[in-house]
Amino acid sequence: MTDEITGRDALVRFLERLLAIPGMTVYAPVAEGDGAVFDRISSVSEALLDFPGAVRSPRHILTPMTEKLLSMGPDGRVEEAIPTPGPAVLFGVRPCDARAIAFLDRVYAGGDRTDPYYRARRDALTIVSLGCREPRPTCFCTTTGGGPLSPEGSDILLEPSGKGWSVRAVSEKGRALADATGIAVESDGGNPDAGSIGAEMTPRVDIAVLKKVLDESFDDPRWQTLTAKCLGCGACSFICPSCHCFDIVDGEEDGVTVRSRIWDTCQFKAFTKQASGHDPRPTGADRFRHRMMHKFSYCIDSYGMPGCVGCGRCVEACPVNLDIRRLMEAFGGDGLE
Amino acid sequence: MNGAGLSSRIAETAARLLSEGRAEVVIGFEQGSIPMRATPCLITDPADAGRLIWNAFCSNNLARYLVPGRKSAIVAKGCDSRAIVELVKERRLKREDVVVIGVPCRGMADPSAIARRFPGICVSSVDETDGMLTLYGGPEPVSVPVSEVLHASCRLCAARNPVICDIPLGDPVVENDPGFPDVEAFAALPADERRARVEAEMSKCLRCYACRNACPLCTCESCFADSSQPQWVARGTHPEDVLAFHVMRAMHLAGRCVECGACVRACPTGVDLSIFNRRLAADVAELFGSRAGLDENAPQPLAAYSMDDSQDFILDPGRKPE
Repeated sequence: MTDEITGRDALVRFLERLLAIPGMTVYAPVAEGDGAVFDRISSVSEALLDFPGAVRSPRHILTPMTEKLLSMGPDGRVEEAIPTPGPAVLFGVRPCDARAIAFLDRVYAGGDRTDPYYRARRDALTIVSLGCREPRPTCFCTTTGGGPLSPEGSDILLEPSGKGWSVRAVSEKGRALADATGIAVESDGGNPDAGSIGAEMTPRVDIAVLKKVLDESFDDPRWQTLTAKCLGCGACSFICPSCHCFDIVDGEEDGVTVRSRIWDTCQFKAFTKQASGHDPRPTGADRFRHRMMHKFSYCIDSYGMPGCVGCGRCVEACPVNLDIRRLMEAFGGDGLE
Repeated sequence: MNGAGLSSRIAETAARLLSEGRAEVVIGFEQGSIPMRATPCLITDPADAGRLIWNAFCSNNLARYLVPGRKSAIVAKGCDSRAIVELVKERRLKREDVVVIGVPCRGMADPSAIARRFPGICVSSVDETDGMLTLYGGPEPVSVPVSEVLHASCRLCAARNPVICDIPLGDPVVENDPGFPDVEAFAALPADERRARVEAEMSKCLRCYACRNACPLCTCESCFADSSQPQWVARGTHPEDVLAFHVMRAMHLAGRCVECGACVRACPTGVDLSIFNRRLAADVAELFGSRAGLDENAPQPLAAYSMDDSQDFILDPGRKPE
């Protein structure tokens, strides 16, 4: 049984029903300058449903840029600030972003360690993603193991179907949400056209081969030449849906000591600088090599998937157009038959 | 001369400078990996000089790539040359270490302005002929003059021709310094609107420091924002910390900012830092009659002293200078 919802109006109707669920927080793309970001909406009119560009990554919904962890008053009493959010829906992310959240789940809540702050926000969140009809020039999700209709990480996937969307419940959480909205869902899923969308995406690099080559390329002199134009800023990391490195800082608010977690990046000079003054990654080339190694080697070792979902945001955001796809080709380019 | 002609002259010049040993590196632009982008490139082998191009998307300030002590040739627009002037004055560079390949500039095209002009079109490729862009990717190709989709900083440019130049390429263009209409318009807003605008800009900041790192004049070996002992400004994105960082950085650039707009273009979220930097440039112009990078021989206003210097901004901030 499929409820085919058609065009923009159908997305509006879906959002209206989500907003009508008592106590539900809805995050959707909203305008910010020339761009768009995921933010809480209280009415459908705030949502930007036909934004042509890439909406800024939804990472901040689960890992805020500055996140209070605990506070300590003058009496020395420590209060943890683990959030207790009510139910929330993240609406309108693309399959790459949903897959990035599946990746963050492995980082923050996989294995034998769980981050309680992340867990609390994540458990409360249901993800409704919007399948892609057409990739942007910067998209390379298929290279990293995803795809324009990949269900990984989504609870509900709205699959393009003709001019409309068919509603596919990917998880039990998604089915429960669909039930709450009264919108019928397709149970078995699997769009027959899935293979053809984005078939022309580049780079045509085999991630397993890339990892193997990277593991043998730590001292490759090309790191110097290929990254010579890097400015050493954090635009690529901070625009990335799967980068997750953080620092912990102490500050003071109204006489209370507050410990916060803030976004950090391996691209910053201070990231690996040690108390002695020694820095094991003293040059920009060292730092960019680490970014590549982390995403395409270490993350595969640690989490079983690359730390890149091919959303292409860094390709657009880099002030000097240092394109990660070119580095993927340089090190893994000959790997595909 | 059109872009293609200039591209080949830049490439020939670069190959010659490298072959003759006049430069170890030539800093220029090559074709970017996505539509509407040129990307900085550092050429050291004359055989690679053919990669160098010139078009309406060569918007980075390449002076950022000049390294003290490295003999460099640089393809310089007006704004790049202004930055070099300041860097030489600050003794960050020796003038004799830099060969300036000067290219007059009518302003660079802003992909965001193009997106605003043609909403809904995802540009897949672009052609440029005689100042006109033809964009492909929509149902039909569309055209727009570069002059109608300029970066804001280019619309307000005070030096389209290189201020200093060793090897001039291309025909000089007519200067068209409009002054500071943006600063005047912002200053004319009611205080609460100005505050709201500043807050809206600051709220977009991720603290990624792309603005700082793209800036040709942010040359401090260690930045106050990275210092932990003492910590001048807290890290993270609390609004007061974000504002403190940007205001401190702007003040640090007062009288030094060459108004190239590299910070604005570098920002991944579109924070408009010109509301600080242009205001300071306007103040320095008004109080000291000086504009960074425009005059090789003029002293830097905040590094020089004159009995006639205006003191009013210290003694009586509300009073206009005579």
